[in-house]
Amino acid sequence: MNISDVENLAELAKLELSQEEKEAMLHDMEGILGYVKQIESVDVGDIEAEYPIHNIWREDTKDLREFSRDIIVEQFPNSQPARLNSRSGGDGIFLKVKKIL
Amino acid sequence: MIDLKNLTIKKARQALDAKEFSAVELAQAYLDEINSKNKELNVYLEVFDDVLEQAKSADERIAKGESSPLLGIPLAIKDNILICGKTFSSASIILQNYVASYDATVIVKLKKQGAIFLGRTNMDDSAMGGSTENSAYGVTKNPHDTSRVAGGSSGGSIVAVASDMALGALGSDTGGSVREPAAFCGIVGMKPTYGRVSRYGLMALGSSLDCIGPAAKNVEDTEIILNAISGSDILDSTTITDTTYPKVSMKKEITIGVPWDLVNAKGVDEKVKENFKYSMEKLQSLGCKVVDISIKNIDMALAVYYIIMPAEASTNLSRIDGMRYGYSADGKTFWDVYKNSRGKGFGKEVRRRILIGTYVLSAGYYDAYYGKAQKIRAMLKQEFAKAFEAVDFIATPTIPFVAWKIGEKTDPLSMYLADIFTITANIVGVPAISIPSGFSEVEGLPAQAGKKLPLGIQFMASHGAEEMLFEIGKKFESIKDNQE
Repeated sequence: MNISDVENLAELAKLELSQEEKEAMLHDMEGILGYVKQIESVDVGDIEAEYPIHNIWREDTKDLREFSRDIIVEQFPNSQPARLNSRSGGDGIFLKVKKIL
Repeated sequence: MIDLKNLTIKKARQALDAKEFSAVELAQAYLDEINSKNKELNVYLEVFDDVLEQAKSADERIAKGESSPLLGIPLAIKDNILICGKTFSSASIILQNYVASYDATVIVKLKKQGAIFLGRTNMDDSAMGGSTENSAYGVTKNPHDTSRVAGGSSGGSIVAVASDMALGALGSDTGGSVREPAAFCGIVGMKPTYGRVSRYGLMALGSSLDCIGPAAKNVEDTEIILNAISGSDILDSTTITDTTYPKVSMKKEITIGVPWDLVNAKGVDEKVKENFKYSMEKLQSLGCKVVDISIKNIDMALAVYYIIMPAEASTNLSRIDGMRYGYSADGKTFWDVYKNSRGKGFGKEVRRRILIGTYVLSAGYYDAYYGKAQKIRAMLKQEFAKAFEAVDFIATPTIPFVAWKIGEKTDPLSMYLADIFTITANIVGVPAISIPSGFSEVEGLPAQAGKKLPLGIQFMASHGAEEMLFEIGKKFESIKDNQE
């Protein structure tokens, strides 16, 4: 591995890292990946990995969950109650999305 | 004065029902204890302001003649389990001001029983770590020696119980995060069968490994908490029912298998081995048969774990983006907001594991790492199933060494090695319990610790066989000189 591998992974994982941290991560990752690499030595023969994943359905009924809509809305990073109210016009709730383009 | 030191959930239940003390009095006793100890030990990230109100309504229910095992019992809850209306940070920066908008299923169940939630407890950031040193809010200290770690990631919940700041607690266990700190601090901690307890409302780390687990002072109390929180849940499709796994019963002569190769591996402290051997002799004297078992590739479990867990963690944490909730950092473009929020909001160990997970899942490496690890996992499952045909339990020490000094382990890999005995149960999905097995003398400990630090023994049983674990656990506890 080298620094550009770390940069590539950080880009894929959407993590901003400082130069210093990239170097530290490179060192740590080499150690950890070096350790886990020992699984190479295991002969797995023709065993298949188990993925016990299957669909489980429930009745499509309302009110299965109790949750607070207010708490969710309050926590949108840009939500501000006063502004929400002034623009909501009636009982709909307006969510302001950050202008980033 | 209520004698908190010798109080158990069972005794408290009897005293509450007999009106020897009220739930309010009991809760107040714990609040006083928290008040005097929390600053030093750093157990609770928040003590709830409605504890006495909760206790008051428990008293009202008791006055009406109601009783349930946990009615009025004060519990500590790990900060990665949602309680509606309460802050939920997962001990991270990225969720520091997040307020839960619903109750986790375990919380719903505990509320129905009338349990009291004292507060939310410290942990490693996003449950990643084995010492709580990764918490964004400071390390939780070991009550036996405050210069040492409590273990983790459920360190706060465990110390709450170990230092009389709660009567019982909930943690979560992905690779040993309940059992390892329980052993470090001298209490009982359990990881149930995968799917036994609903994870709806638990922050996901490694979804094929995560379990919510109880911690308490003894096996009986642990059983009471597990019974209160277990059960299938329509909101968690991985939950199991009583018939998911065939019922197993104990052999006529209780048989305990020990993978001695692993116990005697390099890196396991001599005093831990001695203590474990002594425990096995004691069990033999109680009539248990102890046999040597060999589980092929059990020595690979740690490597398998540190591929699968980061892979799943990096996937799970991709939902946290600084856009919809949690910490949000500024940036010029959409992706800058994303990257800055995640880069600054996640702790270092979390960022490290996200990178590792991204690496082992990336095209070109997937087959060699994640794919291969899943195959070894399948082999290990078969090996365990085979082993459990011959034995009732598999026993190991819980921890390979005693709690380390805060800041001593700077290399992440050396910390990962603490999980060597606990991770296998998560990989194969079987239940496991850690029980105090005595102490190890350690030089240079402060006088208050009595020169000793706790050790633990771990029992694993077949899928669905928690009851058997409680049975062997109570048997083991009956050996009096364990605590000497």
